[in-house]
Amino acid sequence: MEAVKTQDVTANDLSWQIQYQHDRCTLCGRCLAACSFRAIEAVMEKRLVGLPTENQPAYRIMPAIRQKNSLTEACVGCGMCEKVCPNQAIRPVKNPYSRQNLLARAGGSPIKRGGRDNLHQDRTLDKIVVGRISQMTDPSLDAERHTFDILAPFGRILPPHELPFKNDGHSLQAEGQTPPVNWIYPVIFGDMSIGALSARAWEALALAVAYLNEKHHMPVRMSSGEGGMPQKLLGSEQLKYMILQIASGHFGWNRIIQAIPRMKADPAGILIKIGQGAKPGDGGLLPAAKVAEHIQAIRGVPKADLLSPPNHQGLYSIEESVQKMFLSMNAAFKFRVPVAIKCAASATSVSVYNNLLRDPYRICGGFLLDGIHGGTGAANEVSMDHTGHPVISKTRECYLAAVKQGRQGQIPLWAGGGLGLTGNAAADAFKMICLGANGVFISRILIQLMGCIGNEQGRCNACNTGKCPTGICTQDPRLVKRLDVDRAAANIVDYMLALDYELRKLMAPIGNSSLPVGRSDALISLDKDVADKLAIQYAC
Amino acid sequence: MCRIGAIKSKVPFHPSRALRLMLPQQEGHDNSGFAMVMQDLDGVFAGYKEQPLLSLACTQNGLKLVKDFMDASGFMPVKEYIPRVNRVAGLDIKAMPHYVFRAYDYPEYFRDRSRPEKEELLLDTRLELRRLLSENDSGYVFSFWPDVLTLKEIGDPKDIAVYFRLWDDNGALMAKNIVTQCRQNTNYDIVRYAAHPFFLQGYTLCANGENTFYTRNKEFQLSLHRGYTGFESDSQNFLYTLHYVLHELKWPISYYKHVITPLPFEEIQQRSDRRELDLIRQSLGHLEINGPNTIIAMLPDSRIMTCCDSKKLRPVVIGGDETTMAIASEVCGLQAILPHRDESRDIYPGEREVVVITPELEVERWKQ
Ligand code: SF4
Ligand code: SF4
Repeated sequence: MEAVKTQDVTANDLSWQIQYQHDRCTLCGRCLAACSFRAIEAVMEKRLVGLPTENQPAYRIMPAIRQKNSLTEACVGCGMCEKVCPNQAIRPVKNPYSRQNLLARAGGSPIKRGGRDNLHQDRTLDKIVVGRISQMTDPSLDAERHTFDILAPFGRILPPHELPFKNDGHSLQAEGQTPPVNWIYPVIFGDMSIGALSARAWEALALAVAYLNEKHHMPVRMSSGEGGMPQKLLGSEQLKYMILQIASGHFGWNRIIQAIPRMKADPAGILIKIGQGAKPGDGGLLPAAKVAEHIQAIRGVPKADLLSPPNHQGLYSIEESVQKMFLSMNAAFKFRVPVAIKCAASATSVSVYNNLLRDPYRICGGFLLDGIHGGTGAANEVSMDHTGHPVISKTRECYLAAVKQGRQGQIPLWAGGGLGLTGNAAADAFKMICLGANGVFISRILIQLMGCIGNEQGRCNACNTGKCPTGICTQDPRLVKRLDVDRAAANIVDYMLALDYELRKLMAPIGNSSLPVGRSDALISLDKDVADKLAIQYAC
Repeated sequence: MCRIGAIKSKVPFHPSRALRLMLPQQEGHDNSGFAMVMQDLDGVFAGYKEQPLLSLACTQNGLKLVKDFMDASGFMPVKEYIPRVNRVAGLDIKAMPHYVFRAYDYPEYFRDRSRPEKEELLLDTRLELRRLLSENDSGYVFSFWPDVLTLKEIGDPKDIAVYFRLWDDNGALMAKNIVTQCRQNTNYDIVRYAAHPFFLQGYTLCANGENTFYTRNKEFQLSLHRGYTGFESDSQNFLYTLHYVLHELKWPISYYKHVITPLPFEEIQQRSDRRELDLIRQSLGHLEINGPNTIIAMLPDSRIMTCCDSKKLRPVVIGGDETTMAIASEVCGLQAILPHRDESRDIYPGEREVVVITPELEVERWKQ
């Protein structure tokens, strides 16, 4: 008798199982072509077709589609096969009995993936409600007709007594230089690099930003992500919609500096990335597989794994960071472009923020806090699921720390990481703003709008593999072609228009025509602990 | 909605005039109180214009606490006015046992100090008295300032007038300026300090409406100045901002409105002073009000000012003749005290307008 191979992997061990109905299948082969993960294969199956008679056997050898019993080629549930099947003959189904977590690690290396964490589904923001509605004595506004003033500062704000005003008794005249400040839409498109994203996906984002600015007069800004940007864009007027990022790998930065003399417009800002919410304390990695030719050109690197170290080498204190890094970034653009910093939310965020606030040179022009729910690129699963800090309480603490010193607003606070997780970024942004953020940044929801089908229940999240089935975060030209740039950009534009409308729909009932930064009295929480922690009203 | 008002006259007048301004507007208030700040005094305090005047409502114990404290600080009482109250049965009034209006000489060692130094001393003294009285639950100190008298009382304004004999014009209490309010208490937990007008270092202010940015105003003001305390009302924010802009930053008065109701970004961009306005909006964004309000304020030089919120959700009207100008929430108030004025010259300020009445009763108007 054959020995039972108990340790072999079967489809039932994997996270996703393929349901295949051979009686619906016409063997067109489209699913095979569509599966970028090679999780299915064409096989010949021996099937019973009735009772055997003398001149006919009871079985027939038939072609069929079958899931591979392989960890390296496991189905990720992306559903592309289902999408291309003309007959609804195939689809992935989540397997509740999966052992993939165990088996994959038993291979000796940690699991890496993209997407979001799989554990933290319980969101604080969903326990907060806008509870203070204007009635009668302070009438609510008409969201349709009233004009709203929805802009947030990006740049260092001087305290009132330090404004360089000459006062002749009748009027004030500003003299000398002040730190650069750009008023922008309170939602920034977060940093996703060309490299992490396909050139087409990145182009779709940039297109959406230009469209929002030029056709809808919404001054949305987009962060480039680490790794530079195309020379053509660096030399174009549209650069003013871009926030250029520099991270610990300094990829692409050299070319940006070289392009400065040719720049027609100043960028909207510089963003120094210290850390990110998905993998706090971790650097970045662009696997060699994704370092396509155009990325080599933009970054000025050969085809190799591109590692950004977890820290900015050679900087050992906040003060030093401020002095060296910020100053040089400021100087690079002759102090005309605001320089901000992005850190992963952490137990120490408030100390860092306090320290920046007290910097006598006043050169940090924004503090972007990235929470545990954030994340797009490749990360170790263990980091994604088990490290980081929710962004809400940290943003609130930073704001209140500034309040204590009367310095609120001097370094604008921007919060991100899981905002828009449930599809409604406007409500999330509004609540964060009431808690003290000047604005928010969103990323993951943008790629979802472009067509990413990954989610928090472990669907797809294969951003690190270079096999992104939607063409968003791969450099494989065959896959990249799947992405319809115009449609992706249009989706984002449409979403932002809806978001803008929804923001008004939230500002109007509380009677505010400008952003309610710090209006914590507008919020209530149905959870006592949340209310206490955030210093907002508890209601039941 | 509260009704508010102010009267400014070239000739001293009696507080009954302020009551006559307010009472016809009664519909807006619920009779939970009456308050006024008088400035440029005549009557009993006519000869004491340089001496700081303490306005106090307190218990017996409070009297003693204040006396001991003032003695210890070196302030010498020089003139006192104790209202002879009329204790008629059935009055709707929650009166305190004692009302004291007392002028002091500065402590010996302070007499030759500069005006700013004296201003700081007076503020610190009032804050200290306030702390002392509230710690012992013994009373309220409303103002301590030269040539300024404050009365605040809880109850029906008519009964308050009867109690303090405010209808009897006996010449004791007279002033050229009065800012006043009949209150509407929406919270019913009546705090005496919450009654407008509020006063700080020569600045008097009352407002009607709600400040939807109260929390963020308050959070910012708390660290700006030690005098910004209390926050019993949405409207205290306006006073502190006025004080901050004019007294602390020493900016021209035209910038006050730019701080509390900044122009929309698009409009700022079209102005020649866009750089200044932009910097102000950046730096003082937390003092924006963004709620329905009308403000009436009096400055240390006795100019009276009014302006509205940027949505113009609360009414206000200004009118007068050669000797007297008044500001009221409702035109019926003006009608009551200035029936013969030229009504066609009444001013209903717009949402971007500021109106100032100078000591010479000239009216200055400008658009923000
Ligand atoms: S769901 Fe995606 S990964 Fe799974 S078999 Fe279909 S195409 Fe391949
Ligand atoms: S569709 Fe692409 S971007 Fe979305 S989770 Fe999958 S691999 Fe990542």
